[in-house]
Amino acid sequence: MVAAGISVLTTILIVLSLAKETISFFSDVSIFDYLFGGKWTPQLAGDQASFGVVPLVTATLYITGIAMLVAVPLGLLAAIYLAEYAPTRVRKVVKPILEVLAGVPTIVFGFFALTFLTPEVLRPLFGTDVSQSNQLAGGLLVGLLVLPTIASIAEDALTSVPASLREGSFGLGASRLTTSLRVVLPAALSGVIAALVLGASRAIGETLVILLAAGSGQLLPGTVGSPTEPSGSMAAFIASTATGDAATGSIAYETIFAVGTTLFVICLTLNLISISLVNKYRQVYE
Amino acid sequence: MSTPAQMAGKAMQQTTVIPRRNPNDARKERGFAFLMYAAVAIAFISLAALMIQIASDGAGALSWNLLTNFPSKINPATSGVKSALYGTVYLMILTAIFVIPIGVGSAIYLEEYADRRRWFNRIIEVNIQNLASVPSVVYGLLGLAFVVRGPLSLERTLLAGAITLGLLVLPVVIIVAREAIRAVPPSIRDGSLALGATKWQTIWKQVLPGSMAGIATGVILALSRAIGETAPLIVIGAAVSPRFLPDGLNSEFTALPVQIFAFSKDSDPQFLQLASATIIVLMVLLLAMNSVAIYLRSRFEQKW
Repeated sequence: MVAAGISVLTTILIVLSLAKETISFFSDVSIFDYLFGGKWTPQLAGDQASFGVVPLVTATLYITGIAMLVAVPLGLLAAIYLAEYAPTRVRKVVKPILEVLAGVPTIVFGFFALTFLTPEVLRPLFGTDVSQSNQLAGGLLVGLLVLPTIASIAEDALTSVPASLREGSFGLGASRLTTSLRVVLPAALSGVIAALVLGASRAIGETLVILLAAGSGQLLPGTVGSPTEPSGSMAAFIASTATGDAATGSIAYETIFAVGTTLFVICLTLNLISISLVNKYRQVYE
Repeated sequence: MSTPAQMAGKAMQQTTVIPRRNPNDARKERGFAFLMYAAVAIAFISLAALMIQIASDGAGALSWNLLTNFPSKINPATSGVKSALYGTVYLMILTAIFVIPIGVGSAIYLEEYADRRRWFNRIIEVNIQNLASVPSVVYGLLGLAFVVRGPLSLERTLLAGAITLGLLVLPVVIIVAREAIRAVPPSIRDGSLALGATKWQTIWKQVLPGSMAGIATGVILALSRAIGETAPLIVIGAAVSPRFLPDGLNSEFTALPVQIFAFSKDSDPQFLQLASATIIVLMVLLLAMNSVAIYLRSRFEQKW
């Protein structure tokens, strides 16, 4: 039964393999310049290269922000519908479909943005100067990608609220709407927030959609934050730079590990928040 | 003068404590219902548009040649995905061989043996939850630094790809296997132990067969996640459009998602069409695996 140890071993390996290259990265670039530097041009040669990660993190959060603008309202409304309003028959059909959709490979979403959303929808709407890879398309599709995840987990949280709370609310004369929004939603709040945090963490770590639809993370000055321009994200930068060719010990090789560490720490923090929220809401009703 | 009955009615109206339904409530209720229907509709229409668009685009390029030809970088008409299809199937089999014993073993340990009061068992639990949501590209970095280079130094081989994907889906397999094992009621274990079976006999002859459907379903779903992953394979350096089949564990390889990525970076619209067709191949494979999982769940699910 040493098998369980493998999972701990995996974590240790992730941390070690990230840490080793990251440490040698920081022997070349000062940690202060990396964390607070405002210029991200790792692709340039020699002294021109600058490794300030702030713009890359900003670009990642900007795309995640667009994604959450799409996914949070749609996902929550769909979850409330499924948990509180939908007839059992509808729910039995829709829930498995949601779960299958959550398993569609992410490259499919990226490809759709590249070949349909940008040329067929965004360019007619916003003019032809919409770049082939742009942050709006990336954000919208990442939103669509995490929507089933958020809807499904939030629905689980809402369903686990005991029926007695609803019956009590109805018994006091509250309408279905009031019951859903003022009784059930607050009762499931920590679970619902955990779903949102998990969705955000998936959006931040999403690679292929952003790489295909929003850019590779080689930032040009002034593009981050303008929706029709390309930018990228931390994950997209890693995947586009690490094509297996970068030589061990080169600065490019070390950079992807430094960015990987940053991404890992951000996602780990979000996951720990989510886990502690879920544990909190479990304690209430079990 | 009013009749006694009317007077009684009036008195009742005055003493009633139940408030009248506010007419605004009905309007709000309808408004909210509209919002909910709109949300579900927008979600499903966009996802349906995605499927239909890719299906109609790729249908034209779908043929047996796609499955039996090697990829070509020059001529889209004779280009196929044979090497990627074989690569994906090999990866899936190798990942399963790697992940099933370790995943199920961990689940048995955590459910049947581990004492939750011990600190290291609690650490393992939190740790597995965390691993399940580490971005896949980070697993790619792990594969690159640890499996492809560094300690294992397997180079960019099929085995390295399978180990990387295996580590990626391991937490998912452990989580679903634990749920399946937990669903076997304690009375089954108690009955088996009371008849004189050892703990190991109880697990091997009672608990595992009872949870087999759940475990199989979970493993298939985890594997379908593994073969849809692109980022880790790109990071560890899967071959781009190879014109050969992997001939062993130490052979270079590619997989369907990586091939889709390679096609979709081409500016030639015919290659984009090939990418759509390859997506159809991948989705058919995934749907087939999902159907098997659903069939297993409904056919072998135990009602205790």
